[in-house]
Amino acid sequence: MKFLKNFFEKTEPLVQKGAKYHWLHSVHDGFFTFLFVPKHTAKTGTHIHDYIDLKRTMSIVVLALVPSLLLGMYNVGLQHYKAIGELVSAGFFDLFVYGLLKVLPVVIVSYAVGLGIEFAFAQMRGHEINEGFLVSGMLIPLIMPIETPLWMVAVATAFAVVFGKEVFGGTGMNIWNPALVARAFLFFAYPAQMSGNSVWVALEKSDVPVDGFTGATPMADAAAGNINFSAADAFFGFIPGSIGETSTLAILIGAVILIVTGIGNWKIMASTVAGGVVMGIILNIFAGSQGLSPEAATFFGIPFWQHLIIGGFAFGAVFMATDPVSAAQTEKGQWIYGFLIGILAILIRVVNPAYPEGMMLAILLMNTFAPLIDHYVVQGHIKQRMKRAKITA
Amino acid sequence: MSDVIKLRKGLDIRLKGSAETVLETLPAPATVALKPTDFPGLTPKLSVKPGHEVKAGDALFYDKYHPEVVFTAPIGGRVASVNRGERRRILEVVIETDAAAGSADFKKANPDELSAEEVKEQLLKSGLWPFIKRRPYGVVASPQDKPKNIFISTFDTAPLAPDYNFIMEGQLGTFQTGIDALAKLTEGKVFLGVSEKSVFTTIKNTEIKQFSGPHPAGNVGVQIHHISPVNKGEVVWTVNPQDVLFIGRLFETGKLDFTKVFALAGSEAEKPKYLQTLLGAPVASVTDGRLKKVNYKQRIISGNVLTGKRVKSMNYIGFYDSLISVIPEGDEYELLGWASPGVDKFTASKTFLSKLFPKKEYELNANLHGGERAFVLSGQYEKVVPMNILPVFLLKACLVNDIDKMEQLGIYEVIEEDFALCEYVCTSKIKVQDILRSGIETMIKELG
Repeated sequence: MKFLKNFFEKTEPLVQKGAKYHWLHSVHDGFFTFLFVPKHTAKTGTHIHDYIDLKRTMSIVVLALVPSLLLGMYNVGLQHYKAIGELVSAGFFDLFVYGLLKVLPVVIVSYAVGLGIEFAFAQMRGHEINEGFLVSGMLIPLIMPIETPLWMVAVATAFAVVFGKEVFGGTGMNIWNPALVARAFLFFAYPAQMSGNSVWVALEKSDVPVDGFTGATPMADAAAGNINFSAADAFFGFIPGSIGETSTLAILIGAVILIVTGIGNWKIMASTVAGGVVMGIILNIFAGSQGLSPEAATFFGIPFWQHLIIGGFAFGAVFMATDPVSAAQTEKGQWIYGFLIGILAILIRVVNPAYPEGMMLAILLMNTFAPLIDHYVVQGHIKQRMKRAKITA
Repeated sequence: MSDVIKLRKGLDIRLKGSAETVLETLPAPATVALKPTDFPGLTPKLSVKPGHEVKAGDALFYDKYHPEVVFTAPIGGRVASVNRGERRRILEVVIETDAAAGSADFKKANPDELSAEEVKEQLLKSGLWPFIKRRPYGVVASPQDKPKNIFISTFDTAPLAPDYNFIMEGQLGTFQTGIDALAKLTEGKVFLGVSEKSVFTTIKNTEIKQFSGPHPAGNVGVQIHHISPVNKGEVVWTVNPQDVLFIGRLFETGKLDFTKVFALAGSEAEKPKYLQTLLGAPVASVTDGRLKKVNYKQRIISGNVLTGKRVKSMNYIGFYDSLISVIPEGDEYELLGWASPGVDKFTASKTFLSKLFPKKEYELNANLHGGERAFVLSGQYEKVVPMNILPVFLLKACLVNDIDKMEQLGIYEVIEEDFALCEYVCTSKIKVQDILRSGIETMIKELG
């Protein structure tokens, strides 16, 4: 390790401004600070600083995503073997390894493209590499359908990093959650490829699906008026869907990690779930009303709690809505923000079957409104402070 | 006594090396210095030249815009040098001490029998005035101010802070005299913020308010906020407990006596304890021979580790400080430090295993533990600011110099020390205190 430190220290002058390898500066700095916490000490202000930094924060979020990733891999294998009717003969490792080989390329493409752009921007702007993409780079694969072509993943990642983040000034300045920008980009740019029933289950060209296989997600089925999933399957994650969002169990493990470490905002998670439940109940109430098409009536009527375990709801509530940069910043604002995400997600999902992925749109929409919510919360705070001035005066 | 004001938000940083309650009296230092840089916003004008003989209480320099506010020699002797920095800014006025020079004479009187004007004049002339600071902004009070109230916090909750109960032993009478003098200067009240076990509860002529809770409960700014907050157009004054003693001594004896007790503390102090010396004593006179002999760098701080100034041993202790903290510099790389379990890493977050040991004391160094980033995490600052203030939004207003917003969000109520913990906990290593000070400077420049 001494050798590594010496290497980085020795090469440091070579990448400084004006030196021969300056164009490698951000790469050098990125790897150096990744391996070694820098020796910078406080120049002004407080002399001591907390040991937590953005690397620690982000690595904990990545850690929280690992259960979803692993179960997602397993489920990819499971859905594949189920589709070709060989589930009985395939063992646990067959399923997992198949999923691993399918998912890994998506993860690698996402990280390679995203980090490449991050490094380039850091170099251009002369600032340090931001750790934000460590999380985005993991989120993006997890919200992709498994059969998304890799080039689409690459294009979407590039779009998200450049237009979702860097144009605003990088991590901390973005308005929308970059991972959702990637997903939304694909959803609207390649609707033909990204919706329908062919992207959710991994199938090789030579594979012959079993009779009755549709490849549709429970959400699509539900929108079409037939409910054919068991709640247990949806909870454990054995249904078709985007790679990381199917297993509510894995997401819950991640949520526990985030809440225990204090990195994830439990208020946003709780209020999002509350919003979803409230909207689910409202829809249940109207399920029997006249004028609804039979399909809609079925979807309206699914028990409200099942909304929490299908589609991207749980994943969005735990990992997407809580992104501290794009969420509301005030405490009151966070409650409102989360609650409205929950409401909108279920509303869009059920009432507008053209967009079954209501969660993505709901979060992006509320990302947009988060500064507005904060503005009113701060105005309220100011008003209350001014009142104090009048009373004592 | 009135009810206890309980504060929940905040953070006690458990550092190794708090001072033992042992007092050592040091010989009078060979030199002392007064530093205009200890007074934010001051434009000093010299009244002396190197070579001048001075008594304790003779003016060394004064405020260009308030010439009646003078800064006087803490002890008699000869002006040795005026040390200047960039653009000839005065950094230090150094005096070679001479015990025979004595103190200038002032009126010896019971403050109760003096008028407010007389008390004020005595404080101004003797150079004790600069010990009175004003809120908003935490700068030296202006003699024209009509303070709504005067606040004194008699306990300090900052890491390694000195215990004023110990320092005050045998001096409460003098403290009372100082309070009586201060009480003349306001039409409002003198509020004493006290901790749970406090010797100050016997002090009269004041209203006593008890506070409990983690740091910054001992910050006078926090106490003001909970007792009688500063609104636009209002001014309150604050004084440190030891500085009240100087005022008390002046009225009791008619002479100036700047004897002061400092705590020498921190993990790098050989034997952390209390030392009695003079205001403006050289750092070396306190630290020489009292630090651990080690083969890494140490950082000496005049003041506490959150708000103090970094000093070298040839510098002088700050005007308002009662604490010298010494910690390791920590200018070393740490392999994959961000990934370690961190049993020995104190943190306000819950991301290191040290969280499992709520009583342990830690040795912290001056390393930033990470690179500076854009602001990312929300909710961190709010947990350590026990006031009805939104720190992030106030800081943003400071960054964009939005005077209206700063005013509305509470710039009048806070100074750097009140937000120091925000800077400590910040994941993105943002320089909160610098930002706040720049906001305050904008306010002073624009509104006076």
